[in-house]
Amino acid sequence: MITTIHPGHFTTVQDSGRWGYQAYGMPIAGAMDRYAMQVANLLTGNSPKAAVLEMTAEGAAFRFDQEQLAAVCGAQMQGKVNGEPVSNWSSFVVPKSGELRFETAAKGYRTYLAVRGGIDVPVVLGSRSTCTRARVGGYEGRTLRQGDVLYVGEDCDFPAAAVQVEAAYIPAYTGAFVLRVLLGPQQNMFSREVIEKFFKSTYAVTNQIDRIGYWLKGPKVVHLDKADIVSDAMWPGAIQIPSNGMPFIMMADHQTTGGFAKIGSVIGADLPKLAQARPGDTIRFCSIEEEEAIQALQAEQQCYAAIKHTVFL
Amino acid sequence: MKDDTNEVKLLMAGEAGLVVEFEAVISPEINGLVQQLMKLLKHNTLAGIIEVVPTYKSVTIYFDPLLTTRVRLTQLIEQLLCKIEPLETKCLAARTVHVPVCYGGVFGPDLEFVARYAGMAPQEVINLHTAKPYLVYMLGFTPGFPYLGGMSELIAVPRQEKPRTKVPAGSVGIGGNQTGVYPIESPGEWWLIGRTPLKTFQPASDDPFLISAGDYLQFYAISIEDYFTIRREVESGNYLPKVSQIS
Repeated sequence: MITTIHPGHFTTVQDSGRWGYQAYGMPIAGAMDRYAMQVANLLTGNSPKAAVLEMTAEGAAFRFDQEQLAAVCGAQMQGKVNGEPVSNWSSFVVPKSGELRFETAAKGYRTYLAVRGGIDVPVVLGSRSTCTRARVGGYEGRTLRQGDVLYVGEDCDFPAAAVQVEAAYIPAYTGAFVLRVLLGPQQNMFSREVIEKFFKSTYAVTNQIDRIGYWLKGPKVVHLDKADIVSDAMWPGAIQIPSNGMPFIMMADHQTTGGFAKIGSVIGADLPKLAQARPGDTIRFCSIEEEEAIQALQAEQQCYAAIKHTVFL
Repeated sequence: MKDDTNEVKLLMAGEAGLVVEFEAVISPEINGLVQQLMKLLKHNTLAGIIEVVPTYKSVTIYFDPLLTTRVRLTQLIEQLLCKIEPLETKCLAARTVHVPVCYGGVFGPDLEFVARYAGMAPQEVINLHTAKPYLVYMLGFTPGFPYLGGMSELIAVPRQEKPRTKVPAGSVGIGGNQTGVYPIESPGEWWLIGRTPLKTFQPASDDPFLISAGDYLQFYAISIEDYFTIRREVESGNYLPKVSQIS
Protein backbone atom coordinates (compact mmCIF):
# COMPACT_ATOMS: atom_id res chain seq x y z
CA MET A 1 0.00 0.00 0.00
CA ILE A 2 1.33 3.44 -1.00
CA THR A 3 -0.21 6.58 0.43
CA THR A 4 0.04 9.91 -1.37
CA ILE A 5 1.39 12.47 1.11
CA HIS A 6 1.85 15.18 -1.47
CA PRO A 7 0.40 14.85 -5.00
CA GLY A 8 2.88 17.06 -6.90
CA HIS A 9 1.76 19.20 -9.82
CA PHE A 10 0.26 16.58 -12.15
CA THR A 11 0.86 12.98 -11.12
CA THR A 12 -0.95 10.16 -12.94
CA VAL A 13 -0.83 6.40 -13.29
CA GLN A 14 0.43 5.45 -16.77
CA ASP A 15 1.44 2.35 -18.68
CA SER A 16 2.27 1.65 -22.32
CA GLY A 17 -1.09 3.00 -23.42
CA ARG A 18 -4.66 2.15 -24.32
CA TRP A 19 -4.25 0.86 -27.85
CA GLY A 20 -7.11 -0.41 -29.99
CA TYR A 21 -9.86 2.15 -29.38
CA GLN A 22 -8.83 5.14 -31.49
CA ALA A 23 -11.50 4.15 -34.02
CA TYR A 24 -13.94 5.16 -31.27
CA GLY A 25 -12.23 8.45 -30.52
CA MET A 26 -10.40 7.14 -27.44
CA PRO A 27 -6.94 8.74 -26.96
CA ILE A 28 -4.05 6.30 -26.49
CA ALA A 29 -2.71 7.96 -23.30
CA GLY A 30 0.21 6.08 -21.68
CA ALA A 31 3.57 7.42 -20.50
CA MET A 32 4.74 10.56 -22.29
CA ASP A 33 8.37 9.35 -22.04
CA ARG A 34 8.15 5.66 -22.86
CA TYR A 35 11.93 5.22 -22.53
CA ALA A 36 12.09 6.44 -18.92
CA MET A 37 8.97 4.41 -18.08
CA GLN A 38 10.34 1.20 -19.61
CA VAL A 39 13.72 1.59 -17.92
CA ALA A 40 12.00 2.15 -14.55
CA ASN A 41 9.99 -1.03 -15.14
CA LEU A 42 13.13 -2.97 -16.11
CA LEU A 43 14.97 -1.78 -12.99
CA THR A 44 12.24 -3.31 -10.82
CA GLY A 45 11.93 -6.51 -12.85
CA ASN A 46 8.47 -5.49 -14.02
CA SER A 47 6.68 -6.58 -17.14
CA PRO A 48 6.77 -3.88 -19.86
CA LYS A 49 3.00 -3.59 -19.40
CA ALA A 50 3.24 -2.65 -15.71
CA ALA A 51 1.83 0.71 -14.64
CA VAL A 52 4.05 3.42 -13.15
CA LEU A 53 3.53 6.92 -11.75
CA GLU A 54 4.28 9.87 -14.02
CA MET A 55 5.15 13.08 -12.14
CA THR A 56 5.20 16.39 -13.98
CA ALA A 57 7.45 19.37 -13.21
CA GLU A 58 6.96 19.07 -9.45
CA GLY A 59 7.54 15.80 -7.61
CA ALA A 60 5.13 13.99 -5.31
CA ALA A 61 5.70 12.30 -1.95
CA PHE A 62 4.55 8.85 -0.83
CA ARG A 63 4.56 6.65 2.27
CA PHE A 64 5.05 2.90 1.79
CA ASP A 65 3.49 0.57 4.37
CA GLN A 66 5.71 -2.35 3.26
CA GLU A 67 9.34 -2.66 2.22
CA GLN A 68 9.34 -2.02 -1.52
CA LEU A 69 11.79 -2.15 -4.43
CA ALA A 70 11.25 1.03 -6.44
CA ALA A 71 12.98 2.77 -9.35
CA VAL A 72 13.05 6.33 -10.60
CA CYS A 73 13.91 7.49 -14.13
CA GLY A 74 13.38 10.59 -16.24
CA ALA A 75 13.60 14.22 -15.17
CA GLN A 76 15.97 15.06 -12.33
CA MET A 77 13.55 15.53 -9.39
CA GLN A 78 15.91 14.69 -6.53
CA GLY A 79 14.32 11.76 -4.69
CA LYS A 80 14.85 11.16 -0.98
CA VAL A 81 14.02 8.07 1.06
CA ASN A 82 13.48 9.15 4.66
CA GLY A 83 15.56 12.23 3.87
CA GLU A 84 18.46 10.30 2.26
CA PRO A 85 19.06 11.12 -1.42
CA VAL A 86 18.63 8.33 -3.98
CA SER A 87 20.12 8.40 -7.48
CA ASN A 88 18.02 9.10 -10.52
CA TRP A 89 17.96 6.20 -13.07
CA SER A 90 18.38 3.66 -10.30
CA SER A 91 16.40 1.20 -8.25
CA PHE A 92 16.47 1.16 -4.47
CA VAL A 93 14.61 -0.28 -1.51
CA VAL A 94 12.17 1.86 0.43
CA PRO A 95 11.97 0.42 3.97
CA LYS A 96 8.71 -0.44 5.70
CA SER A 97 6.88 2.79 6.68
CA GLY A 98 9.43 4.68 4.59
CA GLU A 99 8.77 8.02 2.96
CA LEU A 100 9.80 8.73 -0.64
CA ARG A 101 9.78 12.39 -1.54
CA PHE A 102 10.62 14.13 -4.81
CA GLU A 103 11.65 17.73 -5.42
CA THR A 104 10.86 20.04 -8.32
CA ALA A 105 12.41 18.98 -11.61
CA ALA A 106 15.88 20.52 -12.01
CA LYS A 107 16.39 19.07 -15.48
CA GLY A 108 13.75 17.50 -17.71
CA TYR A 109 10.03 17.67 -17.07
CA ARG A 110 8.59 14.22 -16.30
CA THR A 111 9.78 11.59 -13.82
CA TYR A 112 8.66 7.96 -13.61
CA LEU A 113 8.38 6.02 -10.38
CA ALA A 114 8.05 2.26 -10.77
CA VAL A 115 7.40 -0.14 -7.92
CA ARG A 116 8.11 -3.84 -8.23
CA GLY A 117 4.80 -5.40 -9.31
CA GLY A 118 3.44 -2.22 -10.85
CA ILE A 119 0.71 0.15 -9.66
CA ASP A 120 -2.49 -1.84 -9.42
CA VAL A 121 -5.48 0.17 -10.57
CA PRO A 122 -8.40 -1.32 -12.53
CA VAL A 123 -7.71 -2.12 -16.17
CA VAL A 124 -10.08 -0.06 -18.33
CA LEU A 125 -10.26 -0.91 -22.05
CA GLY A 126 -7.08 -2.93 -21.77
CA SER A 127 -4.92 -0.36 -19.96
CA ARG A 128 -4.25 1.23 -16.58
CA SER A 129 -3.28 4.58 -18.14
CA THR A 130 -5.03 7.71 -16.98
CA CYS A 131 -6.72 9.88 -19.59
CA THR A 132 -7.85 12.83 -17.50
CA ARG A 133 -9.79 14.48 -20.33
CA ALA A 134 -12.00 11.40 -20.71
CA ARG A 135 -11.84 10.67 -16.94
CA VAL A 136 -10.83 7.12 -17.76
CA GLY A 137 -8.27 4.75 -16.24
CA GLY A 138 -5.62 5.27 -13.59
CA TYR A 139 -6.80 6.45 -10.20
CA GLU A 140 -10.47 7.33 -10.81
CA GLY A 141 -9.53 8.87 -14.15
CA ARG A 142 -7.73 11.81 -12.52
CA THR A 143 -4.45 13.12 -11.16
CA LEU A 144 -3.43 11.96 -7.68
CA ARG A 145 -4.55 13.93 -4.64
CA GLN A 146 -3.27 13.99 -1.11
CA GLY A 147 -4.45 10.91 0.78
CA ASP A 148 -5.00 8.72 -2.31
CA VAL A 149 -3.98 5.13 -1.59
CA LEU A 150 -2.40 2.99 -4.30
CA TYR A 151 -1.89 -0.77 -4.27
CA VAL A 152 1.03 -2.73 -5.67
CA GLY A 153 0.27 -5.35 -8.34
CA GLU A 154 1.98 -8.52 -9.52
CA ASP A 155 3.23 -7.49 -12.97
CA CYS A 156 6.77 -8.88 -12.53
CA ASP A 157 8.81 -10.69 -15.17
CA PHE A 158 12.15 -11.45 -13.49
CA PRO A 159 14.03 -11.02 -10.19
CA ALA A 160 15.63 -7.62 -9.57
CA ALA A 161 17.84 -5.94 -6.99
CA ALA A 162 18.90 -2.34 -6.42
CA VAL A 163 21.07 -1.18 -9.36
CA GLN A 164 22.15 1.99 -11.14
CA VAL A 165 21.73 2.43 -14.92
CA GLU A 166 25.05 2.92 -16.73
CA ALA A 167 25.70 6.49 -17.86
CA ALA A 168 25.60 5.44 -21.52
CA TYR A 169 21.86 4.71 -21.21
CA ILE A 170 20.94 7.94 -19.42
CA PRO A 171 19.73 10.71 -21.76
CA ALA A 172 21.02 14.24 -21.16
CA TYR A 173 18.24 16.82 -20.89
CA THR A 174 20.26 19.74 -22.19
CA GLY A 175 17.39 22.08 -22.93
CA ALA A 176 18.30 22.11 -26.63
CA PHE A 177 16.73 19.18 -28.41
CA VAL A 178 17.10 17.94 -31.97
CA LEU A 179 14.10 15.89 -33.09
CA ARG A 180 14.24 13.67 -36.15
CA VAL A 181 11.26 14.02 -38.48
CA LEU A 182 9.71 12.00 -41.29
CA LEU A 183 7.89 14.26 -43.75
CA GLY A 184 4.21 13.73 -44.46
CA PRO A 185 1.41 13.14 -44.93
CA GLN A 186 0.53 16.74 -45.93
CA GLN A 187 3.99 18.09 -46.85
CA ASN A 188 2.50 19.04 -50.23
CA MET A 189 0.52 21.78 -48.51
CA PHE A 190 3.82 23.66 -47.98
CA SER A 191 6.33 25.06 -50.47
CA ARG A 192 9.83 23.61 -50.68
CA GLU A 193 11.23 26.86 -49.29
CA VAL A 194 8.92 26.73 -46.28
CA ILE A 195 9.91 23.12 -45.57
CA GLU A 196 13.62 24.02 -45.85
CA LYS A 197 13.11 26.92 -43.46
CA PHE A 198 11.23 24.65 -41.03
CA PHE A 199 14.30 22.40 -40.82
CA LYS A 200 16.72 25.34 -40.46
CA SER A 201 14.77 27.17 -37.75
CA THR A 202 14.94 26.97 -34.00
CA TYR A 203 11.64 26.75 -32.12
CA ALA A 204 10.98 27.56 -28.49
CA VAL A 205 8.86 25.35 -26.25
CA THR A 206 5.90 27.42 -24.97
CA ASN A 207 4.21 26.87 -21.62
CA GLN A 208 1.34 25.03 -23.35
CA ILE A 209 2.87 21.59 -23.03
CA ASP A 210 0.38 19.21 -21.53
CA ARG A 211 -0.18 15.53 -22.20
CA ILE A 212 -2.21 16.36 -25.31
CA GLY A 213 0.59 18.11 -27.14
CA TYR A 214 3.45 20.58 -27.32
CA TRP A 215 2.88 24.05 -28.77
CA LEU A 216 6.05 25.58 -30.15
CA LYS A 217 6.85 29.18 -31.04
CA GLY A 218 9.16 30.39 -33.76
CA PRO A 219 9.27 31.23 -37.46
CA LYS A 220 5.81 30.86 -38.94
CA VAL A 221 5.29 27.79 -41.12
CA VAL A 222 3.22 29.24 -43.95
CA HIS A 223 0.76 27.06 -45.87
CA LEU A 224 0.63 27.26 -49.66
CA ASP A 225 -3.11 27.77 -49.44
CA LYS A 226 -5.27 26.91 -46.45
CA ALA A 227 -4.38 25.20 -43.18
CA ASP A 228 -7.33 22.87 -42.84
CA ILE A 229 -7.89 19.45 -44.31
CA VAL A 230 -10.86 17.09 -44.19
CA SER A 231 -10.40 15.75 -40.63
CA ASP A 232 -8.31 12.62 -40.47
CA ALA A 233 -6.32 10.59 -37.99
CA MET A 234 -3.53 11.93 -35.77
CA TRP A 235 -0.79 9.98 -34.05
CA PRO A 236 1.85 10.59 -31.40
CA GLY A 237 4.55 12.80 -32.91
CA ALA A 238 2.36 14.21 -35.69
CA ILE A 239 3.33 17.88 -36.26
CA GLN A 240 0.14 19.79 -36.96
CA ILE A 241 0.43 23.25 -38.47
CA PRO A 242 -2.77 25.14 -37.67
CA SER A 243 -3.71 28.44 -39.32
CA ASN A 244 -1.43 30.46 -36.99
CA GLY A 245 1.58 28.63 -38.52
CA MET A 246 2.99 27.45 -35.18
CA PRO A 247 3.87 23.75 -34.83
CA PHE A 248 1.69 21.72 -32.46
CA ILE A 249 3.12 18.25 -31.81
CA MET A 250 0.74 15.50 -30.76
CA MET A 251 1.58 13.62 -27.57
CA ALA A 252 0.06 10.78 -25.52
CA ASP A 253 -3.46 12.18 -24.92
CA HIS A 254 -3.89 13.73 -28.38
CA GLN A 255 -7.30 13.73 -30.03
CA THR A 256 -7.62 10.79 -32.39
CA THR A 257 -8.66 13.02 -35.29
CA GLY A 258 -7.82 16.55 -36.36
CA GLY A 259 -8.45 18.97 -39.17
CA PHE A 260 -5.10 20.71 -39.78
CA ALA A 261 -2.25 19.87 -42.15
CA LYS A 262 0.53 17.70 -40.72
CA ILE A 263 3.89 18.62 -42.18
CA GLY A 264 5.62 15.58 -40.69
CA SER A 265 6.03 13.35 -37.66
CA VAL A 266 8.64 13.27 -34.92
CA ILE A 267 9.97 9.71 -34.93
CA GLY A 268 8.91 7.42 -32.10
CA ALA A 269 12.42 7.08 -30.68
CA ASP A 270 12.68 10.87 -30.25
CA LEU A 271 9.31 11.45 -28.55
CA PRO A 272 10.81 10.71 -25.11
CA LYS A 273 13.14 13.72 -25.62
CA LEU A 274 10.20 16.00 -26.39
CA ALA A 275 8.34 14.71 -23.32
CA GLN A 276 11.24 16.06 -21.23
CA ALA A 277 11.34 19.51 -22.88
CA ARG A 278 10.40 22.41 -20.62
CA PRO A 279 8.99 25.85 -21.41
CA GLY A 280 11.81 27.93 -22.90
CA ASP A 281 13.82 24.93 -24.15
CA THR A 282 14.68 24.95 -27.84
CA ILE A 283 13.74 22.47 -30.54
CA ARG A 284 15.28 21.93 -33.95
CA PHE A 285 13.95 19.49 -36.49
CA CYS A 286 16.08 17.24 -38.67
CA SER A 287 14.67 15.54 -41.75
CA ILE A 288 15.50 11.84 -42.01
CA GLU A 289 14.51 8.79 -44.03
CA GLU A 290 12.32 5.96 -42.77
CA GLU A 291 15.24 3.56 -42.50
CA GLU A 292 16.95 5.74 -39.89
CA ALA A 293 13.72 5.92 -37.85
CA ILE A 294 13.55 2.13 -37.77
CA GLN A 295 17.23 1.87 -36.81
CA ALA A 296 16.49 4.26 -33.95
CA LEU A 297 13.69 1.95 -32.77
CA GLN A 298 16.08 -1.01 -32.92
CA ALA A 299 18.68 0.95 -30.94
CA GLU A 300 16.02 1.70 -28.31
CA GLN A 301 15.22 -2.02 -28.01
CA GLN A 302 18.94 -2.78 -27.66
CA CYS A 303 19.15 -0.32 -24.75
CA TYR A 304 16.29 -2.13 -23.01
CA ALA A 305 17.99 -5.49 -23.57
CA ALA A 306 21.31 -4.22 -22.20
CA ILE A 307 19.70 -2.64 -19.13
CA LYS A 308 17.70 -5.79 -18.47
CA HIS A 309 20.98 -7.71 -18.57
CA THR A 310 22.49 -5.54 -15.82
CA VAL A 311 19.40 -6.00 -13.65
CA PHE A 312 18.80 -9.70 -14.26
CA LEU A 313 22.13 -11.49 -14.12
CA MET B 1 -11.90 -1.39 -57.74
CA LYS B 2 -10.56 -0.60 -61.19
CA ASP B 3 -11.05 3.05 -62.06
CA ASP B 4 -10.59 4.47 -58.59
CA THR B 5 -7.41 2.67 -57.52
CA ASN B 6 -5.29 5.40 -59.05
CA GLU B 7 -6.95 7.96 -56.84
CA VAL B 8 -5.98 6.17 -53.64
CA LYS B 9 -2.91 7.57 -51.92
CA LEU B 10 -0.72 5.69 -49.45
CA LEU B 11 0.83 8.30 -47.18
CA MET B 12 3.46 8.33 -44.45
CA ALA B 13 2.23 8.78 -40.87
CA GLY B 14 5.57 8.49 -39.12
CA GLU B 15 7.50 5.21 -39.21
CA ALA B 16 4.64 3.38 -37.48
CA GLY B 17 1.68 4.62 -39.50
CA LEU B 18 0.25 4.36 -42.99
CA VAL B 19 -2.63 6.51 -44.23
CA VAL B 20 -4.76 5.06 -47.01
CA GLU B 21 -6.46 8.15 -48.39
CA PHE B 22 -9.38 8.02 -50.77
CA GLU B 23 -10.58 11.24 -52.36
CA ALA B 24 -10.42 14.10 -49.82
CA VAL B 25 -14.11 14.93 -49.77
CA ILE B 26 -16.92 14.35 -47.27
CA SER B 27 -19.45 12.10 -48.98
CA PRO B 28 -21.28 8.86 -48.19
CA GLU B 29 -19.72 7.32 -51.32
CA ILE B 30 -16.11 8.01 -50.28
CA ASN B 31 -16.85 7.01 -46.68
CA GLY B 32 -18.35 3.79 -48.07
CA LEU B 33 -14.91 2.96 -49.49
CA VAL B 34 -13.40 3.62 -46.05
CA GLN B 35 -15.93 1.29 -44.42
CA GLN B 36 -15.32 -1.42 -47.03
CA LEU B 37 -11.57 -1.30 -46.41
CA MET B 38 -12.17 -1.45 -42.64
CA LYS B 39 -14.24 -4.63 -43.09
CA LEU B 40 -11.63 -6.20 -45.36
CA LEU B 41 -8.86 -5.39 -42.87
CA LYS B 42 -10.84 -7.05 -40.09
CA HIS B 43 -10.69 -10.36 -41.93
CA ASN B 44 -7.28 -9.94 -43.59
CA THR B 45 -4.95 -8.71 -40.93
CA LEU B 46 -1.17 -8.97 -40.69
CA ALA B 47 1.06 -9.66 -37.69
CA GLY B 48 2.36 -6.26 -36.58
CA ILE B 49 -0.82 -4.27 -37.27
CA ILE B 50 -1.71 -2.59 -33.98
CA GLU B 51 -4.95 -0.84 -34.83
CA VAL B 52 -6.88 0.70 -37.67
CA VAL B 53 -8.66 4.06 -37.56
CA PRO B 54 -11.33 5.11 -40.07
CA THR B 55 -12.11 8.78 -40.80
CA TYR B 56 -14.23 10.63 -43.38
CA LYS B 57 -11.98 9.71 -46.27
CA SER B 58 -9.06 7.67 -44.98
CA VAL B 59 -8.00 4.61 -43.05
CA THR B 60 -4.90 4.97 -40.89
CA ILE B 61 -3.07 1.79 -40.01
CA TYR B 62 -0.86 1.78 -36.91
CA PHE B 63 1.80 -0.91 -37.06
CA ASP B 64 4.96 -2.02 -35.33
CA PRO B 65 7.78 -1.54 -37.87
CA LEU B 66 9.89 -4.06 -35.95
CA LEU B 67 7.26 -6.76 -36.59
CA THR B 68 6.26 -5.92 -40.14
CA THR B 69 7.34 -3.56 -42.91
CA ARG B 70 5.68 -0.78 -44.84
CA VAL B 71 6.36 -2.76 -48.01
CA ARG B 72 4.47 -5.80 -46.74
CA LEU B 73 1.62 -3.63 -45.47
CA THR B 74 1.41 -1.82 -48.81
CA GLN B 75 1.15 -5.17 -50.60
CA LEU B 76 -1.75 -6.18 -48.36
CA ILE B 77 -3.54 -2.86 -48.90
CA GLU B 78 -3.11 -3.07 -52.67
CA GLN B 79 -4.61 -6.56 -52.67
CA LEU B 80 -7.56 -5.40 -50.58
CA LEU B 81 -8.15 -2.28 -52.69
CA CYS B 82 -8.76 -4.58 -55.69
CA LYS B 83 -11.67 -6.13 -53.81
CA ILE B 84 -13.41 -2.83 -53.09
CA GLU B 85 -16.57 -2.07 -55.02
CA PRO B 86 -16.27 1.41 -56.54
CA LEU B 87 -18.44 4.06 -54.94
CA GLU B 88 -21.08 1.56 -53.89
CA THR B 89 -22.69 2.35 -50.56
CA LYS B 90 -25.66 -0.03 -50.74
CA CYS B 91 -23.51 -3.15 -50.47
CA LEU B 92 -22.74 -2.49 -46.82
CA ALA B 93 -25.11 -3.93 -44.28
CA ALA B 94 -25.26 -1.07 -41.79
CA ARG B 95 -26.84 -0.77 -38.37
CA THR B 96 -29.17 2.02 -37.37
CA VAL B 97 -28.90 3.02 -33.71
CA HIS B 98 -32.05 4.77 -32.45
CA VAL B 99 -31.31 7.54 -29.96
CA PRO B 100 -34.13 9.03 -27.89
CA VAL B 101 -33.84 12.79 -27.26
CA CYS B 102 -35.77 15.06 -24.94
CA TYR B 103 -35.77 18.30 -26.95
CA GLY B 104 -35.94 21.84 -25.54
CA GLY B 105 -36.40 22.97 -21.95
CA VAL B 106 -33.49 22.62 -19.55
CA PHE B 107 -31.99 19.82 -21.66
CA GLY B 108 -32.06 21.86 -24.85
CA PRO B 109 -31.53 25.46 -23.76
CA ASP B 110 -30.71 26.63 -27.30
CA LEU B 111 -33.68 25.08 -29.13
CA GLU B 112 -35.55 28.40 -29.13
CA PHE B 113 -32.51 30.20 -30.49
CA VAL B 114 -32.01 27.66 -33.28
CA ALA B 115 -35.71 27.94 -34.17
CA ARG B 116 -35.50 31.75 -34.30
CA TYR B 117 -32.33 31.62 -36.39
CA ALA B 118 -33.92 29.11 -38.78
CA GLY B 119 -37.17 31.12 -38.87
CA MET B 120 -39.42 28.29 -37.82
CA ALA B 121 -41.24 26.91 -34.77
CA PRO B 122 -39.21 24.80 -32.31
CA GLN B 123 -41.38 21.80 -33.21
CA GLU B 124 -40.33 22.15 -36.85
CA VAL B 125 -36.67 22.06 -35.80
CA ILE B 126 -37.39 18.82 -33.93
CA ASN B 127 -39.26 17.41 -36.95
CA LEU B 128 -36.36 18.17 -39.27
CA HIS B 129 -33.75 16.92 -36.82
CA THR B 130 -35.53 13.56 -36.45
CA ALA B 131 -36.60 13.30 -40.11
CA LYS B 132 -33.97 10.81 -41.25
CA PRO B 133 -31.07 8.68 -40.08
CA TYR B 134 -27.61 10.27 -40.14
CA LEU B 135 -24.50 8.46 -41.35
CA VAL B 136 -21.78 8.16 -38.69
CA TYR B 137 -18.76 9.13 -40.80
CA MET B 138 -16.28 8.68 -37.99
CA LEU B 139 -15.72 9.06 -34.25
CA GLY B 140 -13.27 11.55 -32.76
CA PHE B 141 -12.91 14.74 -30.65
CA THR B 142 -13.76 12.82 -27.45
CA PRO B 143 -14.31 9.08 -26.87
CA GLY B 144 -17.50 8.07 -28.69
CA PHE B 145 -18.17 11.47 -30.33
CA PRO B 146 -19.84 10.84 -33.71
CA TYR B 147 -19.28 13.01 -36.77
CA LEU B 148 -22.69 12.76 -38.43
CA GLY B 149 -23.66 13.64 -41.97
CA GLY B 150 -26.94 14.49 -43.60
CA MET B 151 -28.59 17.08 -41.35
CA SER B 152 -31.02 19.44 -43.11
CA GLU B 153 -29.38 22.75 -44.09
CA LEU B 154 -32.61 24.44 -42.95
CA ILE B 155 -31.57 24.04 -39.31
CA ALA B 156 -27.86 24.79 -39.76
CA VAL B 157 -26.61 27.49 -37.35
CA PRO B 158 -23.05 28.90 -37.15
CA ARG B 159 -21.16 27.64 -34.10
CA GLN B 160 -21.13 29.71 -30.93
CA GLU B 161 -18.16 32.05 -30.87
CA LYS B 162 -17.38 31.34 -27.25
CA PRO B 163 -17.46 27.64 -26.48
CA ARG B 164 -19.29 26.52 -23.36
CA THR B 165 -16.65 25.23 -20.95
CA LYS B 166 -18.90 22.39 -19.81
CA VAL B 167 -21.43 20.68 -22.03
CA PRO B 168 -23.19 17.89 -20.09
CA ALA B 169 -22.82 14.30 -21.33
CA GLY B 170 -25.74 13.26 -23.54
CA SER B 171 -26.27 16.76 -24.93
CA VAL B 172 -27.44 16.89 -28.55
CA GLY B 173 -26.25 19.92 -30.46
CA ILE B 174 -26.05 21.67 -33.79
CA GLY B 175 -22.89 23.44 -35.03
CA GLY B 176 -22.83 24.69 -38.59
CA ASN B 177 -24.41 22.00 -40.74
CA GLN B 178 -23.29 19.31 -38.31
CA THR B 179 -25.14 17.64 -35.49
CA GLY B 180 -24.06 15.19 -32.83
CA VAL B 181 -24.27 13.96 -29.29
CA TYR B 182 -21.65 14.61 -26.59
CA PRO B 183 -20.62 11.28 -24.96
CA ILE B 184 -18.80 12.86 -22.01
CA GLU B 185 -18.84 16.24 -20.34
CA SER B 186 -16.52 18.41 -22.39
CA PRO B 187 -16.15 21.95 -23.71
CA GLY B 188 -18.31 22.57 -26.77
CA GLU B 189 -19.29 25.28 -29.21
CA TRP B 190 -22.49 23.77 -30.55
CA TRP B 191 -26.02 24.95 -29.82
CA LEU B 192 -27.71 22.49 -27.47
CA ILE B 193 -31.20 21.46 -28.57
CA GLY B 194 -31.81 18.42 -26.39
CA ARG B 195 -30.36 15.58 -24.36
CA THR B 196 -30.45 11.81 -24.62
CA PRO B 197 -30.81 9.63 -21.51
CA LEU B 198 -28.51 7.08 -23.17
CA LYS B 199 -24.84 6.78 -22.31
CA THR B 200 -23.01 6.56 -25.60
CA PHE B 201 -19.70 5.90 -23.81
CA GLN B 202 -19.51 3.53 -20.83
CA PRO B 203 -15.85 2.72 -20.21
CA ALA B 204 -16.53 -0.01 -17.64
CA SER B 205 -19.02 -1.86 -19.84
CA ASP B 206 -18.25 -4.87 -22.06
CA ASP B 207 -19.69 -2.86 -24.91
CA PRO B 208 -18.29 0.60 -24.12
CA PHE B 209 -19.28 2.42 -27.30
CA LEU B 210 -22.91 2.57 -28.45
CA ILE B 211 -22.03 3.94 -31.88
CA SER B 212 -19.41 2.87 -34.44
CA ALA B 213 -18.18 4.51 -37.62
CA GLY B 214 -20.33 3.31 -40.51
CA ASP B 215 -23.51 3.07 -38.42
CA TYR B 216 -26.55 5.22 -38.96
CA LEU B 217 -27.96 7.20 -36.08
CA GLN B 218 -31.67 8.02 -35.89
CA PHE B 219 -32.79 10.57 -33.30
CA TYR B 220 -36.39 10.43 -32.04
CA ALA B 221 -38.23 12.77 -29.69
CA ILE B 222 -39.32 11.70 -26.21
CA SER B 223 -41.05 13.46 -23.34
CA ILE B 224 -39.26 14.48 -20.15
CA GLU B 225 -41.11 11.65 -18.33
CA ASP B 226 -39.74 9.13 -20.84
CA TYR B 227 -36.31 10.71 -20.43
CA PHE B 228 -36.28 9.88 -16.72
CA THR B 229 -37.83 6.41 -17.22
CA ILE B 230 -35.16 5.48 -19.77
CA ARG B 231 -32.46 7.11 -17.64
CA ARG B 232 -33.39 4.88 -14.70
CA GLU B 233 -33.23 1.80 -16.96
CA VAL B 234 -29.85 2.94 -18.29
CA GLU B 235 -28.50 3.49 -14.77
CA SER B 236 -29.66 0.05 -13.63
CA GLY B 237 -28.25 -1.59 -16.76
CA ASN B 238 -31.68 -2.74 -17.98
CA TYR B 239 -31.99 -0.55 -21.04
CA LEU B 240 -31.50 -2.26 -24.37
CA PRO B 241 -30.69 0.30 -27.07
CA LYS B 242 -32.87 0.02 -30.18
CA VAL B 243 -30.74 -1.11 -33.07
CA SER B 244 -32.06 -2.11 -36.49
CA GLN B 245 -30.21 -3.53 -39.47
CA ILE B 246 -30.30 -2.13 -42.97
CA SER B 247 -29.20 -4.57 -45.59
